[in-house]
Amino acid sequence: MIKLEIEALPENVAMARVVASSFITKFDPTVEQLTEFKTAVSEAVTNAIIHGYSDKRSGEFVTLTLSAKGREITAKIIDNGVGIEDVEAAKEPLFTTKPEMERSGLGFTVMESFMSKVEINSKKGEGTTITLVKELGEQQ
Amino acid sequence: MNIKINGKILIAAPTGEIDHHAAERFRAQIDSAFEKSSCRHIILDMKDVTFMDSSGIGMIIGRYKKAESGGGKLTLSNMSEAVTKLFNISGLAKIISRAENTQEAIIKLGGNIND
Ligand SMILES: Nc1ncnc2c1ncn2[C@@H]1O[C@H](COP(=O)(O)OP(=O)(O)OP(=O)(O)O)[C@@H](O)[C@H]1O
Ligand SMILES: [Mg+2]
Repeated sequence: MIKLEIEALPENVAMARVVASSFITKFDPTVEQLTEFKTAVSEAVTNAIIHGYSDKRSGEFVTLTLSAKGREITAKIIDNGVGIEDVEAAKEPLFTTKPEMERSGLGFTVMESFMSKVEINSKKGEGTTITLVKELGEQQ
Repeated sequence: MNIKINGKILIAAPTGEIDHHAAERFRAQIDSAFEKSSCRHIILDMKDVTFMDSSGIGMIIGRYKKAESGGGKLTLSNMSEAVTKLFNISGLAKIISRAENTQEAIIKLGGNIND
């Protein structure tokens, strides 16, 4: 397992993508699977930074863990931020609490269409854990 | 990012990854060039985009609204397979026009490709 602590700054999301990409690359994913995994991780880490920690707060950290069971790859993205008030509403396409920032409310929609499984655990005032599972299937 | 002007069309070509961090920079550059110019339309040439997530979708919708507010249009060109997939998931495909390449986009917007 890999565990990475990422300071909650927008410029650090690129680093999270690099680590997630190299982790999954060991399992010989297709180009498409690699892009999908990298994109879903990018969505969750970005959400932790801009929503969980309300953007640009240094000194706060997002945890990214990466693990594998056979060819099933799991990424967990954990923040100790504000939490999600209504998870069902948050998952709705186009739902965003930050329309003024040109957010489109599509992050969860993208995660759900790119991953085999998406789990959201969140508690208001305590934080959010997103579990992303990618089933790679038979090796190509 | 590379920005060119063709008559009434601003052609912006973001390079590299479009995530939340980069989207803010591209947005500022495109808007400032658009406001300084007398352009009505915007072409986003996606040829050199190597990665995009929903922050890029937000940036594209924002520029679409910007062009529309002045009576203009936005067209996307040179979209990769990955960007096209995101575009389809987001439902953008229904509202935003796209072209195979930038020449085709210019023609769609009534510009002159020899300019
Ligand atoms: N880690 C988090 N902490 C707190 N709130 C969150 C978190 N992740 C998501 N949310 C809430 O869920 C909403 C929906 O998230 P989603 O990623 O789908 O859209 P968005 O981030 O608002 O827009 P986009 O991802 O398209 O830029 C957010 O607007 C926010 O209110
Ligand atoms: Mg999001």
